[in-house]
Amino acid sequence: MSDKDPGLRRNAPKLELHVPEPAFRPGDTPDFSSLKVPDAGAAPRPDTSAPAADTYPLTTSLVRVLGGDDKAVGAWDPKLDADTLRKMLRDMVTVRIFDDRMYRAQRQGKTSFYMKCTGEEAIAVAAAAALDREDMHFPTYRQQGLLIARGYPLTEMMNQIYSNKGDKLQGRQLPIMYSDRKHGFFSISGNLATQFPQAVGWAMAAAIKGDSRIAMGWVGDGATAEGDFHSAMTFAAVYNAPVILATVNNQWAISSFSGIAGAERATFAQRAVGYGIAGLRADGNDALAVYAAVKWAAERARSNDGPTLIEFFTYRAEGHSTSDDPSGYRPINEAKLWPLGDPIERLKTHLLAIGEWDEDRHAAMAAECDSEVRAAQKESEKLGILPQQGKDNVGSMFEDVYADVPWHLAEQRDEALSEGRD
Amino acid sequence: MPTMNMIQALNDAHKVMMARDEDIVVFGEDIGYFGGVFRVTEGLQRQFGKTRTFDAPISEGGIVATAVGMAAYGIKPVIEIQFADYIYPGYDQIVSEVAKMRYRTAGEWTMPMVIRTPYGGGIFGGQTHSQSPESLFTHIAGLKVVIPSTPYDAKGLLIAAIEDPDPVVFFEPKRIYNGPFDGHHDRPVKPWSKHPASEVPQGHYTVPIGKAAVVREGGDLTILAYGTMVHVALAVVEDLGIDAEVIDLRTLVPLDLDTIEESVKKTGRCLVVHEAPRTSGFGAELVALVQERCFYHLEAPVERVTGWDTPYPHAYEWAYFPGPKRMKRALEKVMAD
Repeated sequence: MSDKDPGLRRNAPKLELHVPEPAFRPGDTPDFSSLKVPDAGAAPRPDTSAPAADTYPLTTSLVRVLGGDDKAVGAWDPKLDADTLRKMLRDMVTVRIFDDRMYRAQRQGKTSFYMKCTGEEAIAVAAAAALDREDMHFPTYRQQGLLIARGYPLTEMMNQIYSNKGDKLQGRQLPIMYSDRKHGFFSISGNLATQFPQAVGWAMAAAIKGDSRIAMGWVGDGATAEGDFHSAMTFAAVYNAPVILATVNNQWAISSFSGIAGAERATFAQRAVGYGIAGLRADGNDALAVYAAVKWAAERARSNDGPTLIEFFTYRAEGHSTSDDPSGYRPINEAKLWPLGDPIERLKTHLLAIGEWDEDRHAAMAAECDSEVRAAQKESEKLGILPQQGKDNVGSMFEDVYADVPWHLAEQRDEALSEGRD
Repeated sequence: MPTMNMIQALNDAHKVMMARDEDIVVFGEDIGYFGGVFRVTEGLQRQFGKTRTFDAPISEGGIVATAVGMAAYGIKPVIEIQFADYIYPGYDQIVSEVAKMRYRTAGEWTMPMVIRTPYGGGIFGGQTHSQSPESLFTHIAGLKVVIPSTPYDAKGLLIAAIEDPDPVVFFEPKRIYNGPFDGHHDRPVKPWSKHPASEVPQGHYTVPIGKAAVVREGGDLTILAYGTMVHVALAVVEDLGIDAEVIDLRTLVPLDLDTIEESVKKTGRCLVVHEAPRTSGFGAELVALVQERCFYHLEAPVERVTGWDTPYPHAYEWAYFPGPKRMKRALEKVMAD
């Protein structure tokens, strides 16, 4: 090397690549004492028509409503009636039981795959409660709570999970990739973040047609790294689209902690600042905070005051999916030590604290939810489970590629059917 | 009947359809006030307003993704990707979302939309304004792929694409926007007005998707071409005095195999022509189909005339372009025995 080699410049430090590492790995004792959790009720609530910049202090704090004494406090308290609270609690309990049953069904070999949302139940359930029934969701795979809260039949969900004879998607989609137009639930994609700008497009269409319905797009912390996140934010900002863009930050994208998506430097909510749209950061384990944030953003969108990016701060209490074992990359007790608690417990203790609930009623409700899920499962399994599928009606796999079956697919269908006769 | 160049014909198709169907929304880069870099959308914003014709951010992924959301809502996006070379940031949305939506939702959600994009070289566009990426889309189940070669077909096919229940990727051969091109870049450009297919009826008409056109009947061999290369092929066979049957495929998916099969069985020889690179080009599919269907009628191996398997080099554009010399050599081989 000559001394003209720029690599040998004197006094220049050797360049270093920074690869983020989570604070705790298997074997470590998680210590979340450095995580600053603002007091419930501390966050100010700007008017829904306020300039976006008025929300920016909220992108680094946390909207929290349920306080230490389990009461709802502060400007963000949505002041919900007890029936609404009990409905949310029931939906969340149903989601958790549903997840447990379907997880077990996967382990029993009844299907190939399942994804739980344990610890995140409040987010989808409270968001569903805060929006109008006609509003449109573009979900990820961890918003089963939207369907359950909107009253989508549990049997239908299970039929899809089992790819059985009742599966309206005809066995074409991976389990949990639900789709239901009537329940305002867009088809889930396995290609992450694709739905985020699609939600913006739907909202733009609603604005083009002078509709009053709005859209809500969902993405996880990991997939905010996709270009589609940026497209969604850009289009939402440029066209002032009536859309709520939600980032569920559950800290983990399979084995990669949120730092691999950029969370070491800024919150996900702070990304709103660069696009000039409103941004909120809410405690995702506090159903009332989730409700209040979504309601705020919905009012803003519905009044043509623009889109909002909301970060729901939460923790993925279980593995990414049935194909994942988190003990390989994070301490197994991390979920238990997560300082924001369990969303179901928190809503339940709130209802107890305000005298609208008791342990007996809770036990009875949970038992009811459990028998509903079991009954649905029994019903669904009558229509078959995955290992029995894929043999009958092979010809159907050539339908719906196009509106009509073109000649080349018709030929291939004949070929496939004749294989079945060999 | 008025004569139109291909740009005017495409513009007219937009106007006819936007007037008939108020759910049609047109957007893309520079397509609003300015009317598009190739002027295809000129006047649409003035006539139909800003909520139906508007400029999009430079984000092909965002353009396609928002079109998906709009189609899910129930309106009909007709989007422009400024150059086919720019379509790749939108590829995931096209391949994973647009193409598969009907299938993955068992028909609950469909994606009727048109993705228009100018393709091909011959305008000194260099590597990033000259590509022919059609085979990246013909390979994807759920997409239809259309490529017109005349103003008449351009209007009729675009209207058919807009009315189609499935998503259509509509490649526009930009070298022949303003006139048919015989492959001799050193000769003056002929305007469309001297070509019979520049007579474009007013109002609504369609050219069916999935139907090829025999643009020259002949008995010596069959030439399969589309887009710009149709005109290059026609000029070469006239120059050489070969009695070729020239088929303009017009639609690559679904392909009009009947017309191809009938012709090759008649002539016994076949030449496949496209501007895109050779390896895994759509020509490979055509050659495979011809040998599957017509093997015992063939009197010579099927030849391909294509662009090279290199990027499209700026200064060497005419060494890259599959022009008359390359076609003449291939014709000699096909006609040898």
